[in-house]
Parts: sequence; C-alpha cells; structure tokens
Amino acid sequence: MYHQVEIVKESVQTEPNVFDDMVINVGPQHPATHGVLHLVITLNGETIKKVEPHLGYIHRSIEKMCESLSFRQFIYVTSKMDYLSSHINNHGCCLCVEQGLQIEVPQKAQVIRVLMDELTRIASHVLWWGAMAMDVGALTPFFLSFREREMINDIMEETCGTRLTMNYMVPGGVMTDVHPNFVNRVNEFIRHFKSKIDEYDELVTNNVIFQNRTKGVGVLSKEDAVSFGVTGPAARGSGVSCDIRKLYPYEVYQQLNFEEVIETAGDSFARYVVRLKELRQSMHIIEQLIDNIPEGDFQAKTKAVLKLPKGEFYSRVETARGEFGVYIVSEGGTTPYRIKFRSPGFSNLSVLDHIARGGKIGDLVAMMGTLDLVIPDIDR
Amino acid sequence: MTKEEQKLKLQEQFPSAIFDDAGQWLAINVAVADWLTTAQTLRAAGFDYLFCLTCVDYKTHLTMVYHMESTSERTPLVVKVQLDRNKPEIETVSHIWRTAEFHEREVYELFGVNFLNHPDLRLLILPDGWEGRNPLRKDFEDPVNMIKL
Repeated sequence: MYHQVEIVKESVQTEPNVFDDMVINVGPQHPATHGVLHLVITLNGETIKKVEPHLGYIHRSIEKMCESLSFRQFIYVTSKMDYLSSHINNHGCCLCVEQGLQIEVPQKAQVIRVLMDELTRIASHVLWWGAMAMDVGALTPFFLSFREREMINDIMEETCGTRLTMNYMVPGGVMTDVHPNFVNRVNEFIRHFKSKIDEYDELVTNNVIFQNRTKGVGVLSKEDAVSFGVTGPAARGSGVSCDIRKLYPYEVYQQLNFEEVIETAGDSFARYVVRLKELRQSMHIIEQLIDNIPEGDFQAKTKAVLKLPKGEFYSRVETARGEFGVYIVSEGGTTPYRIKFRSPGFSNLSVLDHIARGGKIGDLVAMMGTLDLVIPDIDR
Repeated sequence: MTKEEQKLKLQEQFPSAIFDDAGQWLAINVAVADWLTTAQTLRAAGFDYLFCLTCVDYKTHLTMVYHMESTSERTPLVVKVQLDRNKPEIETVSHIWRTAEFHEREVYELFGVNFLNHPDLRLLILPDGWEGRNPLRKDFEDPVNMIKL
C-alpha cells in the first residue's frame, strides 16, 4: 500500500499559542513576488501557519483565446505565459502541432531550436539568480545578472527581432535563418560567461550569510515533490529525476552530452545549487552545437493553413521552471477545439503552502525565490 | 514498457474499463462511479505522478482527462471520465495526488465541475463573487473581451 498523505488543513502548532493568529497580505503588488501574486499568510508570532495563494490578477484566459486562433497563431500567445522561457513555450506548441501533422523538422532547425532554448534557459536562470539574491538581501548580484542577460537579449534581438517574447519558432522549423553574427556573438558570450560564473559562486554560493539564509529552509521531500507535481530545478533539488530533455528527448537532445543535475537535500540551497549547475550544463550544450550548425533548410515546407487531424496530441518540454505540457484536442478543423497548457509554475506554486508551514515569515522569500515563480505562467 | 504490455497489465486490473490505444499513449475510459477506486488502484500500482488534469467540454457532455505516469517506469497513461454536463460531479483525488487540489479548483471554476469531498473547493483564479458562468465551457461568451476571428 502506498503512503497516503494526510491533509492537514488547520493549524500546525509548533509553538505554544501565546499570540493570536495574525493574517497578513503579501501582494498583489509586492517586490518579492515578482509579479501580481497575492498571498494571504496566517501567522502565529513569526511562525507561518498557512499560506493561501490568490491568483488571477493577470489571468488572460489564454486557453480560451487559443480556441479561436489558428494552429499558427496560437503559438505566439504562449510567449506571454512564461515570458522568461518564451522560446521553450513556443517550442512545446510547435512540437505538438508537428506531431499532429507528422512534419519532419530539418536538422538545422532542430539545432537552432535547441540553441535558442538553452540560451533562454541561461537568461532565465541568470535573472533568477540576481532576483533570488536580491530577495534575501544582496543587491549587487541583481546588477551583475543583468549584465550577462543583456548579452543574450542582444543576440536574440539580432536574430529574432525582439528581446523578450521572441515568437521565433513556427511549425516546421524556425521563422528565419540565424543572423550571420549569431555564431560569433554566442561564442563571445560563452567565453565571457565562463569567467563570470565563477564570480557568481564566489559572490553568493560560497557566501556564509546566503547559506545560512537558505540551508534547511523550505525542505521538500522527494515523495511530496512527485505528489505535488513539482518539476524542474525545484524537484531536482529534492532528488527527483524529472528532466524531460533526458526522459523524453526531443529534437537533438538525444545526441548531446549533458548531465541531469540532481541534488538530494531538498532545501532552498539545494534548489539554488541545481540552477547554478544547470547554467554550466546549458553552456556545455551550446558549446557542442554552436560551431556545428548543419547546412540546409531552416524550415520544412508546410501548408499555409494547418489542419490537425481529429484526435488528441500532447507534447512535453523542459522549460527553465520545469515541465511544460501542451494538450491539444482537435476536431479536424483549423483551430484547436481545446487547449490545455500544463504550466510548471502552477504546480510549483501549489507546494508553497506545504513547505512554508512551520517556517518563519522571514524565510518565506527564500522559499518562494527558489521555486522561481513567474506569475503569468501560473495564471495563463 | 510498451503500450501493448501496459494494456495487457491494466486489462487484468480493470476488466470493465474501455481501452483506446489509437493515440500517442494508452487511454482508458472509466465510469464516474468507478473513478475513485480506479485512481486508488492506479496509485497503488505505481502511478505516482499526475502531470496533467483537465476537462474538455464536448457540448453534450464533459470529459475529465487525467494524464499520469510512474516516476520509475515512465509510461504515461490517460484516464478519461465522462460527466453529465448539467450536473457534473466527480470524486476528488487530491488526497491521492496532492497536485490535484489546485488543478481541481481550476477545473471547478472554469468548467463548473463539482469535486466531491475536496478539502478546499473555492474560487482560485476568478474574482470573488463570480457566479454561475464557467468561462471555458463552449457556450460561454464574454461580450467585452472575447477574441473572434
């Protein structure tokens, strides 16, 4: 028989009740939530008894919107969900449409897609690193992280035309060929970033104040991580092997040499370490591909109007935050009948109440920070 | 494990379920009365990761769709439960897979499905005081914000 989790809805008593419960609101506009997330926190003294997320401040009902958009158009809306992983969101949607239409993506497009995914992952993790350090009181890393992120944004701007919501991937490949400067600039970035990432470790990872703020804080067990559907670095910090790039390899990931980073402590520091190690793995992936972009087409030939056959299609990709799933129900028309986006942030947020109970209010930002919540991804 | 092996194995455990292996993953259709026991049996059989929980409005009925897999074997399985559109009710599985708690709240407000024995069935995304209309149902039309092409 499996271990059935007992749901404790009311008070976790950790201290004698000398104070009355106090309810405080964090957000919807609060710098530590990095977006419009509203948390209602019940406190006993400084101890957290309950965290109740209230969502929907930025809900745009993207799923409903997609029902009236064509199979080419709906992909662009998904850039606005997890705006820090917009390439990877687009990628997941393209994979789903390609699966339905059985389109073979040219090798060159696959390589470009993976390169873009990994650059996005670096940009996202770097921004998270700065914001996370800022949350726990260190301001300098925030400026350093923007220095590196700026270089990636410039690369994106040159090739895709925009810096944040790129909309570069289309069913069958990518929209245009990469810019002639792309290879040089990515190489330059990798050279630059290699020297800087050690600085990250010196400045924050090995910092004793930071370690004291995050070690043993917000401990998530392996069983709970799976049960709550936590994915991405947050789950890998608890020892769950959940990297979709390894488990269900898509595009050229199968041929690449990289490691799935797994830590077992399950606390905020472990989640932090996973992301920093992933930065190095992403760099390693880019290095393997950047000088070997194959010749050929960047896009497969597709019809102007796409019609998915009747049926159900599901694709899974690994964003910077975890598993992103696209579930399309098609009735054979030009628009999806129903789309469900399984966003990593939504499931990752649901565990916050569980890990925060019994902790201190001052540690809440350290727990929230390492879950890496992006609010538009949660609300959709 | 391949789809065929999975089908043979599950057919022994769920003789009354209807199997469909035309899609990407094996899908089983379960009656709404059997859902809770099916979920418990599946969880005991190792399906510990419920990665997607959603609902589809087919105009004549609603269908709950559960995507799950085992973290040790990684063979996804789709379970579908058909619901009456006028009075959709189904047992919650939030005590079996904790992730279902939030996902069921989302389905509750967007589709109007009532989850029996759910520990905390309140509005999650929609503003307080929202009543009656369920935005993701096919007959819902927002006169102000609807995008139509």
